Amino acid sequence: MKILVCISQVPDTSTKIVLKNNNTSVNSDGVTYVINPYDEWYALIRAIELKESGIATEIHLITVGKADVEPVIRKALALGGDEAVRIDAESNDPYETAHYIAEYAAGVGYDLILCGKESIDYNNGTTGAMLAELLDLDYIGFATGISIEANTAVINREIEGGEETDACNLPLVISCQKGVAEARIPNMRGIMAARTRPLKIITPSGITAVAEILSYELPPAKAGIKLVSPDDMDELVQLLHTEAKVI
Amino acid sequence: MSVIVLVEHTGGIIKKQSFEAVQYAAQIAGKMGTTVTAVALGSVAEAEMENLGQYGAQKVLHVADSRLDELHSRAYAGALIAAAQKENSKVIVTLHDIKGRAVAPRVAVKLKAGLVAGALSFPDTEKGFVIKKAVFSGKAFAYINILSDVKVIMLMPNTFPAKKEEGKAIVEQLDVSFSEKDFGVKVKSVNKVTGEVPLADAELVVSGGRGLKGPENWGILEDLAKELGAATACSRPVADSHWRPHHEHVGQTGGTVRPNLYIAVGISGAIQHLAGVNGSKTIVVINKDPEAPFFKAANYGVVGDALEILPRLTAAVKKFKEHHQ
Ligand SMILES: Cc1cc2nc3c(=O)[nH]c(=O)nc-3n(C[C@H](O)[C@H](O)[C@H](O)COP(=O)(O)OP(=O)(O)OC[C@H]3O[C@@H](n4cnc5c(N)ncnc54)[C@H](O)[C@@H]3O)c2cc1C
Repeated sequence: MKILVCISQVPDTSTKIVLKNNNTSVNSDGVTYVINPYDEWYALIRAIELKESGIATEIHLITVGKADVEPVIRKALALGGDEAVRIDAESNDPYETAHYIAEYAAGVGYDLILCGKESIDYNNGTTGAMLAELLDLDYIGFATGISIEANTAVINREIEGGEETDACNLPLVISCQKGVAEARIPNMRGIMAARTRPLKIITPSGITAVAEILSYELPPAKAGIKLVSPDDMDELVQLLHTEAKVI
Repeated sequence: MSVIVLVEHTGGIIKKQSFEAVQYAAQIAGKMGTTVTAVALGSVAEAEMENLGQYGAQKVLHVADSRLDELHSRAYAGALIAAAQKENSKVIVTLHDIKGRAVAPRVAVKLKAGLVAGALSFPDTEKGFVIKKAVFSGKAFAYINILSDVKVIMLMPNTFPAKKEEGKAIVEQLDVSFSEKDFGVKVKSVNKVTGEVPLADAELVVSGGRGLKGPENWGILEDLAKELGAATACSRPVADSHWRPHHEHVGQTGGTVRPNLYIAVGISGAIQHLAGVNGSKTIVVINKDPEAPFFKAANYGVVGDALEILPRLTAAVKKFKEHHQ
């Protein structure tokens, strides 16, 4: 069974966002880039667990980005992956990203495609379902548990106000979140071994853009906090009613 | 030409956030000089659908197939596309929630449409079709211009509160032929957390952190939540220590909430926690440490011991409610 894990490079959570070029782009100077947490802790680790338990035979990793994303895809490879692919293109649009990944995946044929529930840079959470549509596969989002029995995946997933257990034949696309796997740290042996594992670079066929980012904006600074005396909770309730209008 | 909007329901009762989406679509339609057609899938009562007229829908296309009571992303997308084709729509609106995120991306790909996920504004048509959304987990906003002929918008719930007016929508049945493949996902079991407000939908959230010391103190936090009709949440270490169930954990690695009011009790306000809650309209922080970083993100703050303050706040809410019945 072959698994493809989609890896996205994102600024570390603690990054302070600074804009440049008249607010048309984000300044990357001094920004630490990491593997998108949902891709790493849940999608990739679950794939590794499935391989360790003898269910999966091969794990491939894929990312869309120019050469500067290589350290991140190599780190993912060090965690555990048999080969990695970098689609040599820049994309901030999920439609474009999904097209590039689907184009590659269609040629290989995977039993399972895993991605994180969303990336913490653009917070779209749409790539998985787009991939499923492009590859004509089923899709299950917000998975909290994945197990494989013969040719069927049994998936726990979040629904509004609860959880649901679904079964679906492979191949299938799943977006992963908390619960799917336990976090782990790459070991030195993995890091060394990853150096020799292949990183393929693919030039994608161009697609017509359907959306563009015109500009960015930083949120206005908070108007300032109003402190209320711990002895006067009636005042807090009044403020929440008359000023904030939330109760 | 009408604007299409997918409405969601739970057991036949239309979700409040779908009213927001219908009204949002109605405003766009108004600007474009057209009307709104809502699409309802599965078992929904006629009267429920007619009531969508109160939020600006002229028409509801109802696909009555009861298999659609469960989420099947292929079938949902097929139904939405059929509706869009029937109405010759250029704009399709869903919610940015679990269902919307399974369906809208499929529709966008199929129709070669640009999509904005988590839309926070009406489209600005001066410079194209430009919509604002939050990026970097709320640390910035981006303005996305959709270039394609057909546009897909996933509206962030709880962004534009819906106001009810007079009106009644016409309900029409829409026949969509599905294939077996459309129902490839088989639902084995459903486990709903009953009696609680689902966190993602909650307008009011009371959340606790390590400052509450232990699970034995959660009773006073639940009392406040009950009095307010709020959902409860927690920080990550609280869930990791099994003081609270994992579905309550909010933040970068947990759930995201966007309530009108988020009350954070004994939570330091680490950046990873803020990433899941900074879309909240009003934030109240209760912390004994005046230097806690959460105070920087808060609208109202109370410096003091949560164990003493919580019962007082609950009593004050109770008193307030008695006077405002
Ligand atoms: C990669 C990564 C991802 C993470 N993801 C998340 C996430 O999704 N969600 C999340 O919450 N965290 C997450 N964290 C952890 C996060 O960084 C913080 O450690 C965590 O949010 C702290 O939780 P806390 O505020 O409850 O506890 P603490 O940091 O221990 O803070 C407790 C607070 O309670 C106050 N306090 C103590 N006693 C009282 C009292 N009697 N009355 C009032 N106040 C009191 C203290 O002053 C303090 O501010 C993540 C961390 C990492 C590294």
